Amino acid sequence: MLRIEGLHKSFGTNEVLRGIDLVLDEHEVVCMIGASGSGKSTLLRCVNLLEPIDAGRIVLAGDEITARGVDVNRVRRHIGIVFQSFNLFPHMSVLRNVTLGPQKALGIPRARAETEAVDLLSRFGLGDKIREYPDRLSGGQQQRAAIVRALAMHPSLLLLDEVTSALDPELVGEVLAVIRELAEGGMTMLIATHEMSFARDVANRICFLDAGAILEEGPAEQILTDPREPRTQQFLQRVIEAGRLAV
Amino acid sequence: MGLTLLLALVVAGAATVGRTSPPRATAAGAATCKGALDTLNLVNAGRLTIGTDNPAYPPWFGGTPAKSSKWKVSDPTSGKGFESAVAYAVARWIGFHGNDVDWVYTPFNRAFAPGKKAFDFDINQISYSPARAKVVTFSSSYYDVNQSIVVNKGTPIASVHSIAGLRKYKLAAQLGTTSYQYIVNRIKPSSKPSVFPKNDAAVQALKNKQIDGLVVDLPTAFYVTAVQVPNGKILGQFPTQSGGEHFGMVFQKGNSLVNCVNQALASLKKTGQLKRIQQKWLAKVAGAPVLR
Amino acid sequence: MLVTSAPGWPEVKSTFFDWDYFWDSMPEIFYAFKLNVKIFCIAEVFILAFALLLAVLRSLRGPVFFPVRALAIVYTDFFRGVPTILVIAVLGFGAPALQLRGVPTSVVFWGIVALVLVYTAYVSEVYRAGIESVHPSQEAAARSLALSHGQTLLYVIIPQAVRRVIPPLLNDFIGLQKDTALVGFLGAVEAFNQSQIDASATFNYTPFLAAALLFVAITIPLARFTDWLVARDRRRQLAAAR
Repeated sequence: MLRIEGLHKSFGTNEVLRGIDLVLDEHEVVCMIGASGSGKSTLLRCVNLLEPIDAGRIVLAGDEITARGVDVNRVRRHIGIVFQSFNLFPHMSVLRNVTLGPQKALGIPRARAETEAVDLLSRFGLGDKIREYPDRLSGGQQQRAAIVRALAMHPSLLLLDEVTSALDPELVGEVLAVIRELAEGGMTMLIATHEMSFARDVANRICFLDAGAILEEGPAEQILTDPREPRTQQFLQRVIEAGRLAV
Repeated sequence: MGLTLLLALVVAGAATVGRTSPPRATAAGAATCKGALDTLNLVNAGRLTIGTDNPAYPPWFGGTPAKSSKWKVSDPTSGKGFESAVAYAVARWIGFHGNDVDWVYTPFNRAFAPGKKAFDFDINQISYSPARAKVVTFSSSYYDVNQSIVVNKGTPIASVHSIAGLRKYKLAAQLGTTSYQYIVNRIKPSSKPSVFPKNDAAVQALKNKQIDGLVVDLPTAFYVTAVQVPNGKILGQFPTQSGGEHFGMVFQKGNSLVNCVNQALASLKKTGQLKRIQQKWLAKVAGAPVLR
Repeated sequence: MLVTSAPGWPEVKSTFFDWDYFWDSMPEIFYAFKLNVKIFCIAEVFILAFALLLAVLRSLRGPVFFPVRALAIVYTDFFRGVPTILVIAVLGFGAPALQLRGVPTSVVFWGIVALVLVYTAYVSEVYRAGIESVHPSQEAAARSLALSHGQTLLYVIIPQAVRRVIPPLLNDFIGLQKDTALVGFLGAVEAFNQSQIDASATFNYTPFLAAALLFVAITIPLARFTDWLVARDRRRQLAAAR
């Protein structure tokens, strides 16, 4: 489904991604863990072409999306992304937030777009909020709405960039529940997260990113309980001490 | 007998010698101010300061300003042109020499601004009106004025012969002149007239055919058609208003200097000098048909 | 009261605050004021539209659009630098003087054109500031939904940008309302010109006061309305700022 080969990305003189190789099969859920600044967000932004890459290539469903002359907008119809800071459009109602993409980018007629949107929003517990503006929603509700917004485009790949990091602890659960549901439904996802127990729950594989490269990669349980690399061990040790992982 | 006569002559002679005789009282109109410069209420002692607008236009002012002069079109200090000539005639009658006279640029609005004036009097084709006379003091008339209308040759308005015929056209006047009042009160056109802050703007609008007719006093109309709008012609002049319209010099309210100036004007009228000045500078300004 | 105890106060008072002259001149000045209103209503519509276009042109990215951006910069620099009255004078008298067929001679027309040219320059800078103040994450989110750059501008960026700059937009609108008085230079009898006519007929300045009050009377309700609009949008903006 998704193949990343030899991806390099620098911001000025600062090389953030140093040769990433990653493969995602359909229906797979891969979680990326690592310290801040290790390149997780940048990697996600490169996948949906928000950032131009310096070297390497990204192939989605057989098409090289980083090739010259690729229609960026077409590619993005198949990739959904949810951000840490939700990024809902504050001047639109929740419903409009969700229907904007399908209507304008996919050309779906308004009535159908709205029916589908209401459907999705209700499924994820936001049925009574459709006419509200984002400032009236809690953080958890906003993030769920942002996920629905991405889903409304019927993407084949969903990218999640630390989507619970900006939430109050008691709201994290509702968002994780949504993601879990999506995983069970077979959505292909690449997730950057700090939530280790969640990662263990939902991921097929976990990648540990360190200083712009994938240091270690493997089945979720194995990485979290028995990592091979010393740096991975160090990182996980710190996480356990911070009380964010129960071993 | 001869001695008495001689004595009388000496006394009479002493009484008429200008500056060396003792100061006379300047009660309104009572005694003559001629020669009594130090009794006068002046902005600059010993000098006469006269205000007028810039550019100074013919036939009110004449002479070519020097390159370094701030005055444009005409030079008030030249003594040429009707208003300049009248001003210097008045000044000389009172007892000022030609080079005791200073001219100061006074835009129209400043002629009647409250507060102390920077001039002794302002001469600038300013019409007397009772309302205005409450705020400033006017001298007696130095010119009785008729309004006239300037149009472009060959335009529809150029074949109009009556005041009624003017009603459907776009007319204009210069700000601050009674021409505007004349349009609104006597001609009563169907579309609102335009009013321009300065003569140049009005003239340009006429040339551009943005207006059909420009109402100005007759002497100005002659200058406009002779120099500024070559394709223009004076369609006609309007009949003299009852009570007439006249120009007066403008003084600070209550300035007693006006009495002296009025004495001068009276004398100039009596001796026929004012008429001669008018004939010299405004001679051509007569032959326009009267519109009714 | 320093003012009222000044020696010149009685004269100033009768020159500027004469109630008889005030009520005498007010009807005509009010009537003339309708021309000011007509001018700024028409002008503002064009200004808001053209200025937005100019701001968008200025923000186009990529080397291929360099000439467009450069032109936009030259335009804004020029018309913000030249005094408005000069633009009015040159266009109001110069354009009709060319005597080209089909070119209108109406002074009100050219007055509006001049005001539109000048204010488009100022307002486009306001829009530009607004556009640049919208957080880049909004653009990222919109583009991620497969919206094109144009669609992103139209549905996401510009609506937010405009809401953010309503106070400076209103400021420029008020400036425009006042600058309609400059069209009087071309001869049109708008409120200021009318008050000058009355003032010069009577040598009394109170008509100016009457005209001034009319100008102020329209700006105050506008200012309160703006405050209300801003307060309503502020809440919504805060939600996106996380």
